[in-house]
Amino acid sequence: MRTVSRGTLVIDIERCKGCELCIPACPPGVLAMSKEGNALGYLYPELSPGCTGCTACQQVCPDFVFEVYKYETAVPVSDDGTEAA
Amino acid sequence: MALRLLDGSEAIVDAAITAGARFYAGYPMSPATELIEFMAKKLPESGGVCINAATEIEGVNMALGAAAAGFRAATGSCGQGLALMQEAIAEAALNETPIVIFNMARNQQDYFQATRGGGWGDYRTITLAPKDIYEAVEHAQLAFHLADKYRVPVIFMGDNILARTQMGVEIEKRDFGALPEKDWQLDGTSGGSGASRQIWTFGGGKTNAPGPGPSEHWKRIAEKFDMIAGIEARHEAAFTDDAQTVVTGFGTGGLFVEYVVRELRSEGHKVGFFRPVTLWPFPGEALEKATENCRQVLVFELNAGQMIDDVKLNVTDRRKVSAIGGVSFDESGLNLGALMDARVIRERILAAMEVSNQ
Amino acid sequence: MSIVQTAKPPSIPSKKVADFKPSLLQTEEHHLCPGCGEPVAIRMVLEVIEELGLAQKNVCVIGHGCYGSFVMTMDVDCTLCLHGRAPAVSTGIKRMRPDVAVWTLQGDGDMTSEGLAEILHATARGENITCILLNNGVFGDTGGQMTASSVVGQRTKNTLEGRDPDYHGYPIVIGDMVASMQGSAFVARGSVHNAAAVAQTRRLIRKGFERQQEKRGLSLVEILTMCPTGWFVPAAGGADYMMESLGKTYPLGEIKDVAASAG
Repeated sequence: MRTVSRGTLVIDIERCKGCELCIPACPPGVLAMSKEGNALGYLYPELSPGCTGCTACQQVCPDFVFEVYKYETAVPVSDDGTEAA
Repeated sequence: MALRLLDGSEAIVDAAITAGARFYAGYPMSPATELIEFMAKKLPESGGVCINAATEIEGVNMALGAAAAGFRAATGSCGQGLALMQEAIAEAALNETPIVIFNMARNQQDYFQATRGGGWGDYRTITLAPKDIYEAVEHAQLAFHLADKYRVPVIFMGDNILARTQMGVEIEKRDFGALPEKDWQLDGTSGGSGASRQIWTFGGGKTNAPGPGPSEHWKRIAEKFDMIAGIEARHEAAFTDDAQTVVTGFGTGGLFVEYVVRELRSEGHKVGFFRPVTLWPFPGEALEKATENCRQVLVFELNAGQMIDDVKLNVTDRRKVSAIGGVSFDESGLNLGALMDARVIRERILAAMEVSNQ
Repeated sequence: MSIVQTAKPPSIPSKKVADFKPSLLQTEEHHLCPGCGEPVAIRMVLEVIEELGLAQKNVCVIGHGCYGSFVMTMDVDCTLCLHGRAPAVSTGIKRMRPDVAVWTLQGDGDMTSEGLAEILHATARGENITCILLNNGVFGDTGGQMTASSVVGQRTKNTLEGRDPDYHGYPIVIGDMVASMQGSAFVARGSVHNAAAVAQTRRLIRKGFERQQEKRGLSLVEILTMCPTGWFVPAAGGADYMMESLGKTYPLGEIKDVAASAG
């Protein structure tokens, strides 16, 4: 488990077409596909704590689904796997 | 300015450059070859560009690019070369890019190609057919004016006689009136403005400013050509009021017909002539009036019968219409043939009048 | 492991480091298929144009393919020309407006099938234009037929048993052809199959535009793009399939850069 989140995403899940290119692209491996589909029926990525704000997901995404932010101060990840902020 | 003795091709090139042509891309093909030779020599001197294209297809598409960028641009060829350009001519009509195509034809067999087109879609091509070099000097300028006025392709229809006869001419800039601003030209400056420009046959527009879409766009294009048809038809005629026989011909053929008809008139024959100056729009209403009272309409053209279709569409009683031309090349197959001869035309007109009198 | 809320921007102090879309796209919306590589390539080109300060100084000439729909969303002056003729149309624009960056957006069907003559002659003339080739080895727009750049063994709707060189001939490696000609300034092949390839391809695109600015001649930046639909593979399998098939015939990297050699 990652101990800190340095960034985060806005994911426009309704624009996602479920191609999964972002999943292997994510260096810390904190993206995983959802279990439920979006309005179009596509599974979409969900973010777990530990994002570094590296923008790799945004760069490989054909559907312009990601907006990437870097936290000014890194956010610790609690033992229960949530961002402590 | 004094008269200068010029090849027709050189006069046409000088007139085009005088009209503001700054780009030409073409491929040599007799008798259009001298056009690219003179363009290659003269355009750079005028701040323009002449490119020796790899094919007629490449040449016409280069001209489309230069015209899309906002400059007066042309290409040229004849017959088979014009055939290769047809897709792009249709494209220019449908995406509204003003280009001029100089078709220095080998004969008069390009009438269908020019007036009917070989591309897809509901479009027409304004086609100017000058009878001599003086008129060619005017038309080489008028072609660019009409292209810009309506954002359409315009064909200048010449032949080997126009291209290769020398004549003393004076080339002055002609003023055909004001033109709309080219607010559509691709100058590259509108990026990121939210109002960037687009030239596209499907008329889709952009997300921020949707266009009418293909169906409405093409309907509008067709309506534009209907409008042009009502405005731009030009013709020349004489002696038709009391003529029993009206003879038609276009381009150089029209000049030969005019000469013979004037000669026959001076001898007392009741004959007149009618020459479409624009092959499209065809001056149909004028032809209908000019042939109202005559007994027969003769069509002289050096082909197996192409303009005669338009004549029959417009003469009220098409049974009055008959052909006195025919296929006629010189032995090279590259030039007008022996039928383009005033004596032959005279004989054929007289023979037809004799039959009509019986 | 809990899921981080990603519906809205973060509430704690933070800095946006990447937008959904490049500023030269009017919308994020497009109708290309899941896993398509073309939007990724187009994003990079538009970002490079912006970076180089060419937003108000460029014209795009678009060919015919799925990417053509971006004629409606790219916020740059553009024309969608006849199939294959983009280098010719670009020549007319560039010769009359030499200070404007002129670039083509073409697919492999457009450039290597219908428009081979135009790209080669534009290269021969050393036209100062940048040609972007989106190569997926298939006619995607018409639903998956063989192009001149389909690779040996590739299954398409008109090579059902795979492209057989004895019957269908061999693929045209356009990058090598263009690089071999004197008029080319920069030729390179990138890809969008993963983040590292995307980053590398962005540098290639930038060089392609820089050589045009330097008036060195024609630049060709070929970008391998996934077409899972046209390859009949799952969207998530497109990247691997591409590197196993096209990637072997079309190796990635710079093929030619006049700036790297003397002068």
